[in-house]
Amino acid sequence: MDILAPLVLVAPIAGFLVNALFGRLLPRRVVGWIGAGSIGLAFVFALVILSQVLGGQKLDQSYFTWWQSGDFNVPFNLYVDALSTLMILVITGVGFLIHVYSIGYMREDTGFSRFFAYMNLFVFSMLLLVLSGNLVWLIIGWALVGLSSYLLIGFWFERRSAVLAARKAFVMNTIGDVGMVFAAFLIFLNLRVLDFQGLFSRVHQLPKGGTIITAICLLLLVGAVAKSAQLPLHTWLPDAMEGPTPVSALIHAATMVTAGVYLVARMHLLYDWAPTAAATVAVIGGVTALFAATIGTAQIDIKRILAYSTMSQIGYMFLAVGIGGYTAGMFHFMTHAFFKALLFLAAGNVIHAFHEDQDIRHMGNLRAGLPITFWTFLIGTLSISGFPIVTAGFWSKDEIIRAALTAAGSEVVLGVLALITAGLTAFYMFRLFIVAFGWEWLAHDDRHLHEAPPVQTIPIIILAAGAVVGGYIPVASFLSPVFGQPAEVGTLAFWGLAGLTLAAAAIGFAVAYLLYARRPQLAVAWRTRLGPIHTLVERKYYVDELYDRLFVRPGLALARFLDNVVEPRVIDGAVNGVAAFFLLEAREFRGIQTGRVRSYALVTLGGAVGVLVIVALYLGYLPWKLGA
Amino acid sequence: MPVPAYTFLLLSGALFTLGAIGFMVRRNPLVVFMCIELMLNAVNLAFATMSRYLNSLDGVVFAFLVITVAAAEVVVGIAIIVQVYRAGRQMDVDELDLMKE
Repeated sequence: MDILAPLVLVAPIAGFLVNALFGRLLPRRVVGWIGAGSIGLAFVFALVILSQVLGGQKLDQSYFTWWQSGDFNVPFNLYVDALSTLMILVITGVGFLIHVYSIGYMREDTGFSRFFAYMNLFVFSMLLLVLSGNLVWLIIGWALVGLSSYLLIGFWFERRSAVLAARKAFVMNTIGDVGMVFAAFLIFLNLRVLDFQGLFSRVHQLPKGGTIITAICLLLLVGAVAKSAQLPLHTWLPDAMEGPTPVSALIHAATMVTAGVYLVARMHLLYDWAPTAAATVAVIGGVTALFAATIGTAQIDIKRILAYSTMSQIGYMFLAVGIGGYTAGMFHFMTHAFFKALLFLAAGNVIHAFHEDQDIRHMGNLRAGLPITFWTFLIGTLSISGFPIVTAGFWSKDEIIRAALTAAGSEVVLGVLALITAGLTAFYMFRLFIVAFGWEWLAHDDRHLHEAPPVQTIPIIILAAGAVVGGYIPVASFLSPVFGQPAEVGTLAFWGLAGLTLAAAAIGFAVAYLLYARRPQLAVAWRTRLGPIHTLVERKYYVDELYDRLFVRPGLALARFLDNVVEPRVIDGAVNGVAAFFLLEAREFRGIQTGRVRSYALVTLGGAVGVLVIVALYLGYLPWKLGA
Repeated sequence: MPVPAYTFLLLSGALFTLGAIGFMVRRNPLVVFMCIELMLNAVNLAFATMSRYLNSLDGVVFAFLVITVAAAEVVVGIAIIVQVYRAGRQMDVDELDLMKE
């Protein structure tokens, strides 16, 4: 395993280097297969690691010393346990399918090789993040994820909106990076360690629930919130839809936004030691889940609906890890990766079929036109809504809601939030499905639609299989070496709570069916009746506008002030002032330099006599003593 | 009857002062040059005197060094003066103030 773990990292970075350096010279077919193949290779390595982890092995090995200063020593070490194994399996597995899909999806794009180079870099960064055995390399991976997401969101850089979205994502992520770095500072300051093993063994030296550990956990949370697009640093995620659709799939399913969940799960010993911080995680998760779900109900852009749904589902995961249900959170992470990748890739097919139009109201007749996409999207919708027993989403989401509702304290409130969110999820997903994909009532139009080629449909079918059977993967027992065995629940309680979740989802579905399939005029009527509330939700609670007023405009005003006043007056003023001073003084002293040899000689003579006099006085040869 | 050392040193000082004053009051570059030579030789005289009275050859060695340097300096100096003359400038050190630039 000590060789396999670095190999998982080497494969994508090699793919990145080849495609970045020689991609333009290679034929597209080769570029595509290098890009996808490197991730596939990493997936194979990850499978071998899985077999060894199942055999009870662990890895915490230092490969080389990156730098050293006194007794401060940063090695490059990798840490492989069940948690990171689950992460790399999902990242490489789902990532591989997305790469294969991209071969078809991006085939007409002029930046084909650039695209695959960035994608490989993205996967590499994420793998580095989850495999790193110390905080320094975790932060490096963390920052690299931010960089590659910036490159991919702004992939179509000739579009102004894409560039702005990329910049927004980068700025938001940088806020999180700063939090992470400060958390690392605090950890090193108080515990003198940066590697996880040492951190986990020494964390109990700090007072439980004390200021220091709470501050560390909250700073880590700032990073997690920014990367995972939770409140209040969520605004970059919907805008990130400016990137190509496979990028959205990669960001939402396999990489990036799940990094925050991973971070909290990885640092679970710290969060167990800081209950206040853990509660903050749970509250942020629960509130974001509901917040994003409500926004999702009023959007008309297919990718934006899916983006808010991701925010909402990541909110579930935050809620889970915040109340100590780490297994439940990671389980939902895995199933979510399946169905969210599926939904995005299928949406990509739909968008292609409608010539890059993303408005769900313009779509329809997809069952006849894109049958494979239609059925797989339906599976994804059912899975995310928690359709009982046969879908993966049911098992994982139910576990989170159960964990919240059966908890001892005030977590019950969050459980109720999660229940409402479950209903809203079913509502907005079926609204999307009914409006975009067409129900029976929708008149069959004569638009001729083409199903995507097999290179795009086969990955979706595989993901659909995952979205169905993923719920039966025994994630809980696999992760038990890391998090311990989760509490058992009685069958009655299990099905009782599952019934609650199902009821919520069923209500959501019924409302969506009624409003958009049976009586569309009702939907219009309700929209006008809800008037301002609908607008509020449709405009995403005006958070963007609020940030614009609070931060962007004051920032711009400050920049303008600095540019117009400080720069010309103070900075230039100081520089020019110094120059002017010396110019003035130089004019005064210029008179001395006559160029006449004789005046120079006079000064030299005077100087020489002066020196002689000083030396004579110093040595005591006074004029009136010379005679003696 | 030996001649005391200070007479030679007084002569040396007088010669040096003459050279220095000449350097500063005369304007003809050739005369200025001769004044420089006068000063250098005044110094040489002082060297030779001290060498003799201290029974050491160091001073004489220095005197030879000064003579050599003076010779080299004259070569360069005269060459410059000739060039200035050929360029048609006035032979007046006060007019030759190009070093100001």
